[in-house]
Amino acid sequence: MDQLIAFLDMGGYAGFVWSSYGVTAVVLGGLFVSVWLGLRRDERTLARLQAALGGRRRGRAEQAEGADPSPAPHSASARPGPAGITPRTADNGEPA
Amino acid sequence: MTRKKRRLYFVSLGLLALGAATALMLGAMGDSLLYFYSPSDLAERPVAEGQRFRLGGLVEEGSVDKAGDTVRFVVTDMVNTVPVVYTGILPDLFREGQGVVTEGHLDAGGTFSAANVLAKHDETYMPKEVADSLKDSGYWQEGADGPPAGAPAAAQGAVRAYQ
Amino acid sequence: MHRFANPTRFLRIANAILPWSVAVMVLSLAVGLVHGLVLSPPDYQQGETVRIMYVHVPASWMALFVYTAMAVASFVYLVWKHPVADLAARASAPVGAAFTVISLTTGALWGKPMWGAWWVWDARLTSMLILLFLYLGYMALAGAFDDRQRGSKAAALLALVGWVNIPIIKFSVDWWNTLHQPASVNPVGDSGIAIDGSMLVPLFAMALAFKAYYVTTMLMGIRREIAAAKARTLRLAEVQG
Repeated sequence: MDQLIAFLDMGGYAGFVWSSYGVTAVVLGGLFVSVWLGLRRDERTLARLQAALGGRRRGRAEQAEGADPSPAPHSASARPGPAGITPRTADNGEPA
Repeated sequence: MTRKKRRLYFVSLGLLALGAATALMLGAMGDSLLYFYSPSDLAERPVAEGQRFRLGGLVEEGSVDKAGDTVRFVVTDMVNTVPVVYTGILPDLFREGQGVVTEGHLDAGGTFSAANVLAKHDETYMPKEVADSLKDSGYWQEGADGPPAGAPAAAQGAVRAYQ
Repeated sequence: MHRFANPTRFLRIANAILPWSVAVMVLSLAVGLVHGLVLSPPDYQQGETVRIMYVHVPASWMALFVYTAMAVASFVYLVWKHPVADLAARASAPVGAAFTVISLTTGALWGKPMWGAWWVWDARLTSMLILLFLYLGYMALAGAFDDRQRGSKAAALLALVGWVNIPIIKFSVDWWNTLHQPASVNPVGDSGIAIDGSMLVPLFAMALAFKAYYVTTMLMGIRREIAAAKARTLRLAEVQG
């Protein structure tokens, strides 16, 4: 117990030593969390966009029945092909 | 390719010019970047009596004389010395043989009257036992001009003096 | 889409490095904290306050290191227009600024009990404060333009010009009289290392932890920037139909 108190007291410089480590922990920890949360948010936004845009392009390609072979590189199933060969999967949520 | 090369030369040349300009500027500013005068600086370029400036060096061994709140000591750079008088609280690291930076002015008698005193420590860090054993083995030379030949690695910094 | 060819390759490399840099960071941080706070001895002059050194010195090293990395990335971006170099510089700036803030505050917390002052305007402390302003200026410039590329260019130029401050910080303690003492660790030159071995363990462990922290946060930051850039192009494609 005395040892613990001596350790926490830091030879009378407790305020200076512990606040140094505290400031370091708060600044580095805070930045780490903010970068991590930002990364998660931006990657989720990207995934949502890719899903939405990929789905719409697929839908449009089907409506055009292959007449407008605009590239939609995010979706393998939307590769431009001869009319009728495009697989009519229902993964875009619309009835085929 | 040529455009990239041109950009490379352009940016490099710009940086070179910038570096040269900075070096010249720092050289010209010279003394104004000094945080304090050493006693030898003071001997070379005297400062008018009463003008405020900072004086730094080592606290000469055996020179500290405390009388109540007022303390007198001598600041030395191993070449020249200046006597200092100060009234107030000294920092924890203020000791004989250690570095000090004082702010104040010279009075008529050539004594530096300090308004505040800061301790300046050196770049050496070691546990007390190591310092004691260095002192015991005679490798300790406070204020000397460099480590003696064959001093152990840990002693190298301990025996280095302020320049 | 070829614009993303490089970032895609980069993402693969970054994702391979990330678990390792996190592991190195956690392990060396544990070693550094245990040695720094418990196992290492108090200093013969400064007592327990010497423990502040184990965060102050590595943070200061990193403040200079990250700025140099940022300047190199900015140079690569300006000359070769490498998009990942721009993202690396952008992701480095907040990390470097954080290390500079830590260096300045722990320095004040160390200076008060030992020197007798929180702050002095000597060449070392002043040039370090300028470094913080350079980091903040970089971040402000990088985000100040609607045209992202113009922001990148302006900020990269500032990073390069501001690099002259790095040798000034490093050598300020040798070139001018300062209250701050000269460097204790000199890998090159005749002065060597003026720190006892028992204190070098926490110092180098914390330095390694901080370096791994930089690698980790920078890679996460670049990954984030790449995701954001892809999202921007997708939105643009959406608008243009």
